[in-house]
Amino acid sequence: MGAVIVGISDLKLAKPPDTLVTYALGSCVGICMLDPMTRVGGLAHIMLPTIKVSPGDTNTMKFADTAIPDLVRRMEMQGAFRGHLTAKIAGGAQMFGSASPASSNGANDIWQIGQRNVAAVIAILQAMNIPIVAKDVLQNYGRTVLFDPATGIMTVKSLNKTIQEL
Amino acid sequence: MNARYEDLSAFHMDVLREIGNIGAGNAATALSVMLGQPIDMTLPKVNLLEFNDVADAVGGPEALTYGVLLNLHGDIDGMIMFLLNRDFAHLILNILMGGAYESFDEMDELALSAIQEVGNILAAAYVKSIAELTGLFINVSVPQVSIDMAGALLSVPIIKFGTVGDKVLFIEENFQSPTQSVMSHMILFAEMKSLNLMLSKLGLA
Repeated sequence: MGAVIVGISDLKLAKPPDTLVTYALGSCVGICMLDPMTRVGGLAHIMLPTIKVSPGDTNTMKFADTAIPDLVRRMEMQGAFRGHLTAKIAGGAQMFGSASPASSNGANDIWQIGQRNVAAVIAILQAMNIPIVAKDVLQNYGRTVLFDPATGIMTVKSLNKTIQEL
Repeated sequence: MNARYEDLSAFHMDVLREIGNIGAGNAATALSVMLGQPIDMTLPKVNLLEFNDVADAVGGPEALTYGVLLNLHGDIDGMIMFLLNRDFAHLILNILMGGAYESFDEMDELALSAIQEVGNILAAAYVKSIAELTGLFINVSVPQVSIDMAGALLSVPIIKFGTVGDKVLFIEENFQSPTQSVMSHMILFAEMKSLNLMLSKLGLA
């Protein structure tokens, strides 16, 4: 049994007894997905809401609107049924600039990217009819996310905070 | 024109390294003035790193890290991030405040603003060397400070420049005070057009 590591702009699948982990989500969002019947699990670590900001980018795992459909497609290839899928999401924090003054180059946009990532992920999952059964998002701290397809539990760890099992 | 970081030649990389070296020298001098004691530095390591390797290079994605983030604007559009580990932050705070900050819990507003100021001074030293070498006008924003997992802090500039490429310019610097040696990391994120402009001002594009 091992934890499959999911990097930044990355997605991986796992079946029991393997688990999935992605470290130190800041403003990025982690999307854990499970088919409880076949126990096919997946975890994507997205950076940005949409590939529209970077047409032609070859890493589709970077963007919520391309990574989530990719994740679903790859889980289906492993035998998952789309109609069974449930999602748990974490991340999308605002790491800097809680009281940042307006900046001449639109820096405030970037401080709020976490919020925009979370909104995009929720909208995409809703559009795909995949229910979000747990979430730990926004706020102002980093999160490491572990996902166990055997139990469907998403464990969220942060510095100086109680570990959450969702 | 280089479209992505990956397109930079080995020669361009050497130039960026040299800018990093000069900036690091200025930063050590500035730090020494601020702390009122001699600060030496070893030759900095300057590299292009993949996003996924940056957090490992600063002690692991989950390591508690002090991050100072500054926006660059003017002729150049970019960000500078300093990552200081606990030892570095405590060394600075103890010298500046004569206090004994031992843990994360003891950080107060005053300590945070001291860290912010150190980030400001180090960034200004780097920016000054880039500006002097290139003749470009570069403005630095008020620094933002946050203490959290290294990977989480890095996510902000990585997201901002995630469409430019999957690599960043990474400078590792060892500062030595009379009593202690501590390491800092500086990461420069820049739009490709800014990097190209820097290189062209140096006659290298």
